[in-house]
Amino acid sequence: MMSWLLVMPIAIPFATAVVAYLMRMSDAGRWISLAGSALSLLASAALMVAVLERGVVAAQMSSWDAPFGITLVVDYLGAVMVVITAITGLATAIYALGEIPARLEKLGYHALFQTLIAGVTGAFMTGDVFNLYVWFEVMLISSFGLLVLGGSREQLDAGIKYVALNLVSTLVFLSGIGLLYGVTGTLNMADLRDAVANAENQGLITVIAMMFMVGFGVKAAVFPLFFWLPASYHTPSFAVSAVFAGLLTKVGVYALMRMFTLVFVGDIGFTHEILIWVSALTMLTGVLGAAAQTDFRKILSFHIISQIGYMTLGLALYTPLALMGGVFYLVHHIIVKANLFLVAGVANKLAGHTDLNRIGGLYKSSPLLAALFVIPAFSLAGFPPLSGFWAKYLIVKAAIELDNWLIAFVALFVGLLTIFSMTKIWGMAFWKPHPDGIDPTPDRVPDKVRIPMMIPIGGLAAMTILIGFYPEPFVQFAEVAAAQLLDPTDYVETVLGARP
Amino acid sequence: METLTALIIGVLVAASVYLMLARNFMRFLFGLILLSNAANLTIFASGRMTPGAPALVPYGEDTPLGVVGNALPQALVLTAIVIGFGLLAFTLALAFEAYRRLRTMDSDKMRYAEPKEERE
Amino acid sequence: MNSIIFTAGARILVALLLVFSLFMLLRGHHLPGGGFIGGLIGAIAFIVYALACGSAEARTALRVSPEGLAMVGLGVALLAGLVSFVFGDPFFTGQWYWVGGDSYETAAFSINSVLVFDIGVYLVVLGGILSIAFAFEEET
Repeated sequence: MMSWLLVMPIAIPFATAVVAYLMRMSDAGRWISLAGSALSLLASAALMVAVLERGVVAAQMSSWDAPFGITLVVDYLGAVMVVITAITGLATAIYALGEIPARLEKLGYHALFQTLIAGVTGAFMTGDVFNLYVWFEVMLISSFGLLVLGGSREQLDAGIKYVALNLVSTLVFLSGIGLLYGVTGTLNMADLRDAVANAENQGLITVIAMMFMVGFGVKAAVFPLFFWLPASYHTPSFAVSAVFAGLLTKVGVYALMRMFTLVFVGDIGFTHEILIWVSALTMLTGVLGAAAQTDFRKILSFHIISQIGYMTLGLALYTPLALMGGVFYLVHHIIVKANLFLVAGVANKLAGHTDLNRIGGLYKSSPLLAALFVIPAFSLAGFPPLSGFWAKYLIVKAAIELDNWLIAFVALFVGLLTIFSMTKIWGMAFWKPHPDGIDPTPDRVPDKVRIPMMIPIGGLAAMTILIGFYPEPFVQFAEVAAAQLLDPTDYVETVLGARP
Repeated sequence: METLTALIIGVLVAASVYLMLARNFMRFLFGLILLSNAANLTIFASGRMTPGAPALVPYGEDTPLGVVGNALPQALVLTAIVIGFGLLAFTLALAFEAYRRLRTMDSDKMRYAEPKEERE
Repeated sequence: MNSIIFTAGARILVALLLVFSLFMLLRGHHLPGGGFIGGLIGAIAFIVYALACGSAEARTALRVSPEGLAMVGLGVALLAGLVSFVFGDPFFTGQWYWVGGDSYETAAFSINSVLVFDIGVYLVVLGGILSIAFAFEEET
């Protein structure tokens, strides 16, 4: 029965995609998509309960024993990622009720969206490297479709860059898989841990580790592999860019965390040292890139990059505290960043544009939206007592404990520059009057569109506040997750002992 | 045999990198196809090259008889080829649509998604 | 392509290819073949037909939209995996029902979830490839 708990969060979105596609010509499609998202949230919550009881849950597909069959395995980190994926999916499914026009629905928006969620969930749950590649591809092909759906010139331009760089990264990852199989003869992650540690040619293992780092690095958008992200994330519809911003890069970070704690730990002095400097440069270039932009979504896109730096830093420092901070950051950031993109969508609907020079006056006419912007924005910058403060605090404290003062300084400095960007958005979009003299009151948008768009924003902001004011259970959860990452004995034993 | 395969993979990667450095998106796409083939060959070669029969179980037996080739890399390569085929077909369709709408294949001229003042 | 020889020959070729694709699909479990290769051959049949008579004609001959066919195939494949829930086995465990016997040797034939999965793959491949091929055919 345990195996079905693991299957459902993947199977439900797939089934929803099929039904939603067949119903795409009528209004039923969007409600099916919404119901499917709600069901997957229930399924992932059930999975979370099982993980809280047992620590690690694993199952073999098709009754083939590990390490030969495909393993689905979820530990604390995997479980929280699956749940947060379902939450983001539900939030954007509600948002899409208001935002996505019937024209895009008829092209199969909901089917692509649900396939994307299935791909992301699968990537978080799989315990097999080649299967991870397959989930990456499921995710990629549906994200390609969503990115260019509608087919404006900007989208096609962005699509070309996104597709090109992501395909190269996939092929680097695939070659890495091939070499890893050649050296170890297995692709099951739990089995790989011992196989890699006992491999004769440790130099080759480090080379393979670097191929994985480059492959996942492009997905996670770390320095200097991030160029596809700011070139593409500001072009699709807002619900799509919120899902992309919240989830897609995080799959890269998750894969890095998984592989570089479970498998590639033989040469930490080399691989993780590289990651430290990559993280520092990622934080800096992201935040400096944002300072030069004036488009709402472009600023946010560059901030994704700078925030990715914090998460990989948590992995790179490789102490219990740092990893705990990394896990906490991952969860906090998905909620906050998806929410900011959703706010950008409402701002666009009200004020008519995303270029900050061409909008304004939102504070005066929509104070509710302004308040809902301030919560995730300040959380992103790390203001106490919002969720981002605790995330940054844990990472910086971990850096200081290692006497790595330069990194701690960079992390704090980047936080400061983040405030600068957020106040820029605040000043230009919310505070100054609208340049065209328009009064962007909420009445400009019909209730049928506005209310579904505001509900998820309010919900996600409430979660940010909840994590901010009651961080203890979340921090404790992250602590167990980090302990499991650093000592994966439980993970390995559960997978290899998993009966089909 | 391994040496020959390694050389082929090397030549494929070199050619694909050369093609991918071009400004023309079509050449980039051809480079991508070569790179995808190089990755597939890498997986195939990783399964060790042995002279052996196809890994088929004869009627009435539980295991294949005699020396058979390693079936796992073949399955992996097949999956990778199928996925690669789908993605490349999609990319080709995207490139065609982009050419139709943007009237260019030169990646330096594809700047529709960038801020306006930089376009000049 | 306005060659009368090709148009006339295509009709025979298409019929042969479609039968061959079904043959490949059905022999797949124990011998080389299966849903993927069968779907490819089936797609070739419709592509040949589209080259001979135009893609509008080929779409009419297919009767349903290729994208819808691919999505239905995905659903069928998923169902083949989910059906093992009823029998208390893990996801995608093959389920076999022997007609006229109780094993491979004695039964006349079997009804099994593996073939259902293969049919799903067949439909996905057929629909997926045709949707791309028709799109190219129509844009040029």
